[in-house]
Amino acid sequence: MVVRTQKYTRKRARETDRISLTVNGQVCTMEVGTAPHQIDPAHTLAYTLRETLGLTGTKVSCDHGACGSCTILIDGKAALSCMTLTVECEGKRITTIEGLGDPGTGALDPLQQAFVDHTAFQCGFCTPGMIMSAKALLGENPSPTEEEVKEGLSGNFCRCISHYHVVKAVLAASCKGR
Amino acid sequence: MASPYRFIGKTTPRKDARELVTGRAKFLDDRKFPDMLHGKVLRSPHPHALIKSVSKSEALKLPGVRAVLTWEDVPDWKGGTPRCCRVLDRKVRYVGDAVALVAADTEESAKEALRLIKVEYEVLPAVFDMEEALKPGAPELYEDFPGNVVTPGVPFFGPKNLKEVVIGDVEKGFAEADVITEGTFGYENMPNPIPPEPPGVIALWEAPDSVTLWVSNQASYMDSVILSHVMEKNIHVRTIGGPCGGSFGSKYMSWQVQCYAALLSRATGKPVKLVLTKEEHLAAFTLRPGSRMSARVGMKKDGTVTAVQGTWLIDTGYYSMTTQSQVAVGCGEVQIMVKCPNWDLRPVIVCTNRSASGIVRGFGGQELKCCLIPLLSLAMEKAGVDPLEFMKKNFVKPGRGYFWRDGIWYTYRGVDYTKAMEKGAEVFGWKEKWKGWLKPTAVDGPKRRGIGVGVHGNADIGEDSSEAYVRLHPDGTAILFSCITEHGTGQVTNYIRMVAEVLQLPMERISITPSDSLINPYEFGPAGSRGTYAIGSAVIAAAEDARRRLLELVAPRLKARPEDLDTADGVVYRKDDPRMKVPWKAMAVDRTITGYGRFDPDYSLTNCMMTFIEVEVDTETGKVALTRVVNATDIGQIIDPPGLENQLNGCLGSAGIDSAIFEEMVLDRSIGRMMNANMIDYKWRTFSELPVIKNVVLETPFPSHRFHAVGIGEIATSPGPSALLMAVSNALGVWLHEYPVTPERVLKVLGKTGSGKGGAA
Repeated sequence: MVVRTQKYTRKRARETDRISLTVNGQVCTMEVGTAPHQIDPAHTLAYTLRETLGLTGTKVSCDHGACGSCTILIDGKAALSCMTLTVECEGKRITTIEGLGDPGTGALDPLQQAFVDHTAFQCGFCTPGMIMSAKALLGENPSPTEEEVKEGLSGNFCRCISHYHVVKAVLAASCKGR
Repeated sequence: MASPYRFIGKTTPRKDARELVTGRAKFLDDRKFPDMLHGKVLRSPHPHALIKSVSKSEALKLPGVRAVLTWEDVPDWKGGTPRCCRVLDRKVRYVGDAVALVAADTEESAKEALRLIKVEYEVLPAVFDMEEALKPGAPELYEDFPGNVVTPGVPFFGPKNLKEVVIGDVEKGFAEADVITEGTFGYENMPNPIPPEPPGVIALWEAPDSVTLWVSNQASYMDSVILSHVMEKNIHVRTIGGPCGGSFGSKYMSWQVQCYAALLSRATGKPVKLVLTKEEHLAAFTLRPGSRMSARVGMKKDGTVTAVQGTWLIDTGYYSMTTQSQVAVGCGEVQIMVKCPNWDLRPVIVCTNRSASGIVRGFGGQELKCCLIPLLSLAMEKAGVDPLEFMKKNFVKPGRGYFWRDGIWYTYRGVDYTKAMEKGAEVFGWKEKWKGWLKPTAVDGPKRRGIGVGVHGNADIGEDSSEAYVRLHPDGTAILFSCITEHGTGQVTNYIRMVAEVLQLPMERISITPSDSLINPYEFGPAGSRGTYAIGSAVIAAAEDARRRLLELVAPRLKARPEDLDTADGVVYRKDDPRMKVPWKAMAVDRTITGYGRFDPDYSLTNCMMTFIEVEVDTETGKVALTRVVNATDIGQIIDPPGLENQLNGCLGSAGIDSAIFEEMVLDRSIGRMMNANMIDYKWRTFSELPVIKNVVLETPFPSHRFHAVGIGEIATSPGPSALLMAVSNALGVWLHEYPVTPERVLKVLGKTGSGKGGAA
């Protein structure tokens, strides 16, 4: 039950190592290393987003790549941030739930608005991951069928069973629905 | 008919919708405090052992480690019913039992420290099966529980609290029966509720005797009550709730996790966050109690039950805080479902060396009925009784009664649910699809279809107490003081909706306090199915009280009696002449008005849900596909249409219907270890396998509160599992009596495989 880390035997990274990634449109340049303020090569992207950058909208549930709660976009494609190492993201464009909508006006992304309108959540813990998976799906396929929506979200765990309302919300936010 | 309501029954966005869809909702693990430490738990690799020694010196040398605690370092705090389970003990009783606690500056240091703690164990023999545990000479978990039989009874439920169902004369009942069937049936696959957010807490101890905990639980007020009992009432406990990322009953009781963080904060003087990993959540947090019943029933040819006699074994795992409560409620619920004058049903609560049993929605009744309905089905088959007719006939009707959890007899005064059951049957097409017992509805090559039905109802819609305040402000706004946490049902918004309806004030003008035990009055929380009736009643009463005080206060200004006045949109006016009006500001700008409301328990109403299921079984692969579900209920008045639809759709997961198809924790009974404590090996339903669900909801006004509603609550999951078993048995033409009906079990009954045990058995 104890996850063993190799932190103290690992070779220290060179202090000059830096990593640069774009998160929600902002370039983030961070040092790579094992000091508390640095990006440890063992850090997952989920950890960096939540603990280093304070973007806690990305939720971690299984931390094991099984449930989809931590889904974010890397260059527009859905990815599991708990299974991605931050040091692998050099030069990548990351979008999290905080990056949807217009932070200036507070306007929601149409997909977020559709989730609100359809009460497409219950406890809401899986919702950010669900919305990001749907965002990636609509990016690739703006007019999905119901079956394609279900397939596109099949990696997202929802325990309250909000699935039916989620499917309606995603279809409503698709080109067909608007 | 036009709705008499302005807010009740209307679809509006949930108050927390924007927070949830933007990721701004702060769940527990999203919170951070300055100087916060991270807590971790060292867990036992043995199912049963004495701790001979613990060496923590190496761990304490690690930079960043602030405290390591073992059983010798902690006070004698105990939980369990009766209180048997010490927060850290010299003995470990399951694989995963807490051995030591660590607090460190970072989570990584805390994990590393766990590795450096050296523990010497004296391994003891362990027992994993209830009947084995009851045998003479079996390993005993506690000195206080000889033979591993846990003391029955729940003092909190009163002096006559229900421990069994013993009514009438079963011998006479069996003599009157046309058919008698007997057997042993279980629902012990330990389906796991697994809310996505794991149990966790942040604790801050303030010397000498105060502790504040930030919790993410189902009932944040009760956390403070439970902890003050565990901590022997000499500690001031304050709990502050936040959004709860799912619970399904399970996170109602998190005293252990909370005590671990409190102890580490006490030892370090700093706030400590402790969040379980998903592996700990699955393997070292509470599970549904195991249930096994050996019983005999007598039935007449018209579906009248003449006698039920048997022993109901309930597995608490290594301890439980709530099993006796679940037994009491289950014993009550079974009388709501089955009308029978002669009962001799005796529960025996047993402890074994696996993780603890706790609350899972269905609370005792689901566990019991998942065993009893298969037995009743055998009798129905022999007597030639249609299960739908049986359930309609037997479910409680106005004027009939039951002994509830307090051992007191209640006469049911709600509506007759027959109409809802018949409407559900019509929508499902029961009459056309029912071909008789063990007969498929359709056969298409290797694929066979079958149907089943289940029913559940619970008088806990009126259990326990709730209190609330409503405060009115001169600017025409109001605040609801209620220690309620939003755990997914949307009820926080619905309480605001109820206040809005009473005050005729737009919902935007009403807010709710944080669920902080320091500022809010008593609240048992949204447990059981009490949200709409019990909590709703307290909230409504508080709003009515505030309204009354407001009208009394401004009556002289309008030269009228209070009863001649009304209020809407922050204005008080005369009913006979609405032009005579004053804004709420007339109360004075330096004044607020507070109303108080309370609900006292009422067990004379129950909710009800019937679930119809159609399955398609592939006789070549053994796969059971759930194709169609119809849920039927009558809830008096719909408060929140999308919230209700979501709640009813919840019949699949959180240990509902799917606990009969594929959900189970697999315990390796040779070593006591959970073999699938991760979300890949623990199976759950995905979007691509959703069945068609149709929800049939009637609205016959209930004599409950001013909106005549009772809600559906926890029971959405409960009728499903036994209905599924029935449907698969009918599809295959042979009885299946083990949950879940995995492909291995299906192929085994079809004689297509040799020894396939399929799962935990």
